[in-house]
Amino acid sequence: MSDFKLGDSLPELRVTPDAGLTKRYSEASGDPNPIHTDPEFAKSVGLPGVILHGLYSMAQVARAHTEAAGGDPRALKRLSVQFRGMGFPEQEIVVTTTVKDAGDGRLVTDTVAAQGDNRIIRNAEAELSLE
Amino acid sequence: MAVKTEAIGKEWPPASFEVEAARIEQYASAVGEDNPIYHDADAAKGAGFRDLVAPPMFCVVYSAPALGPAILDPEVGINIPVMVHGGQEFEWGEPVCAGDVITTSAACMEIYEREGRGFYVFESVSTNQEGEETVRGTWTDIVRGV
Repeated sequence: MSDFKLGDSLPELRVTPDAGLTKRYSEASGDPNPIHTDPEFAKSVGLPGVILHGLYSMAQVARAHTEAAGGDPRALKRLSVQFRGMGFPEQEIVVTTTVKDAGDGRLVTDTVAAQGDNRIIRNAEAELSLE
Repeated sequence: MAVKTEAIGKEWPPASFEVEAARIEQYASAVGEDNPIYHDADAAKGAGFRDLVAPPMFCVVYSAPALGPAILDPEVGINIPVMVHGGQEFEWGEPVCAGDVITTSAACMEIYEREGRGFYVFESVSTNQEGEETVRGTWTDIVRGV
């Protein structure tokens, strides 16, 4: 951890949510919104199909950071994201993280989570403790 | 039509959530967190935690009982079917473990309109049974065509 410096990349995280993921995430998170689980409902409100939960995608950004910190959840002090493009099941998510500030025992990072050219999270800023 | 702003500053009653090991494991499995500290109490204790520990983003699970009534409140007036989650920030404190009781309060910080979209900003503060802060969240929901 303490070896990371300005401009470095944290290890890339890649994950492909399977077709059943949004239902499992809905149950686990307690978010009942049918736009994530019912294709007909999703289409009725103008979506191409069920979409990923933004907070699921944010959890992948969080995981990329705690894994870079050796698996310690206490290392992640802060995470701020903006949800932009919609994410979809059965497409690989690539989480790419760059160190934009380092010092005083902490790292500040800039992260993008994308499915192909579709950036579903951008301008994510995280603060990791190096302790 | 314009956004209603009377709910700015409104606070909702705190809601408590008892953290069960099974909920931590269910959440960790759903988001792909396979670190043993989220699945095995002994592994968590070996890493210095009181009991099975929750991934940071588990805060969305224990915050939900406080945020739900705020987002659905008719005084706030969010048109739920066309709402999207626009942004989210969390600042973490004390880790959350199985057996904790987390109490979360929610408040409406801002409501405003920009380019035909309504922005609704809520803040949540969660504390454990010892009164230690576990997370502070800023939730931004966006409604198209207000």
